[in-house]
Amino acid sequence: MQGAQVGYVKSSDFMSGLKAGVSIAIGYFPIAVTFGLLSKSSGLTLAETISMSLIVYAGAAQYIALNLLSLGIGVAEIILATFILNSRHFLMSASIQARSAKDPLWKKMIYAFGITDETFSVASLKSGKITAGFMFGLGGIAYGSWAFSTLLGYLFGASLPDVLKESMGIALYAMFIALLMPALSKSRKILSLALSGAGFNFLFTYFGLLSTGWSLITSALLAAVGVEWLDGKRKGEKAA
Amino acid sequence: MSVSIFILIIGMGIATYLPRMLPFLLFKDGGLPPFWMRVLENIPYATLGALIFPGVLYIQENIWIGLVGGVSAMVISLLGANVIIVVLGSIAVLTGLSLYM
Repeated sequence: MQGAQVGYVKSSDFMSGLKAGVSIAIGYFPIAVTFGLLSKSSGLTLAETISMSLIVYAGAAQYIALNLLSLGIGVAEIILATFILNSRHFLMSASIQARSAKDPLWKKMIYAFGITDETFSVASLKSGKITAGFMFGLGGIAYGSWAFSTLLGYLFGASLPDVLKESMGIALYAMFIALLMPALSKSRKILSLALSGAGFNFLFTYFGLLSTGWSLITSALLAAVGVEWLDGKRKGEKAA
Repeated sequence: MSVSIFILIIGMGIATYLPRMLPFLLFKDGGLPPFWMRVLENIPYATLGALIFPGVLYIQENIWIGLVGGVSAMVISLLGANVIIVVLGSIAVLTGLSLYM
């Protein structure tokens, strides 16, 4: 009986993860289609293109790999660039881990594969503990869309209307904005976090101080630590 | 599949998976001091800010298109629409805009 109940809870978590991931699936479509198309024109085979989306599963890194390959840059350097770009997910996984339900480690090791900027954002802005069931649903639909859209892009990308592909480029940003807006009105702390994160990232990238991956990780850390420190000081003063 | 592309894909896969997986191995439940736990709770909002800006401006060569798309998303979201409606609505606004331009 208890086992059945646990099973029921897990499957409903899975379903709510799937639902929460629909906007990610929409947003991945134009990015993965474009990747499939670019990969074909860079001379990669269908198998290589799909393998990259299935095994690497990191949008920006995949684009950069195509670019570096066409410039004749070596394999080791591309792998290093990938690591630098994707090290930002360390911070995101640490944040998910801090809010995760008590699930077995092997399940976390599986859903860790599906942690992207987008699945992280959706998962961490939902209320309550983050369960493995939810992450499997969320990660599954996002991963499925990424792989399938890559295939579509490779096969049919050239025949999709440009207008649609271009205007769909707003999709993931619209999703980030939709996730953030309701939270902003909750507290001034959240507003300060978002504004300072954006501000730092603008400064670092506009003046070319840091590459995209490092800028994101540095901005998020500086904002998160800085605001927490100021918040602690303010509360300390009030208490005194 | 050529050998060097195969090695590239496996290497990129490992380089991507490691940072995504390591925190689950390293930070067992509640192993961090309270200040750093709060910092981790702050990370999503700081990250979202940085993910949105300035990236949204660069979705097309003309930064005004990104700005219009971003502001549309904010307005639709403020009207109380859910995430999917905000996403589809912003795509619709930009599609309409590009048909008139």
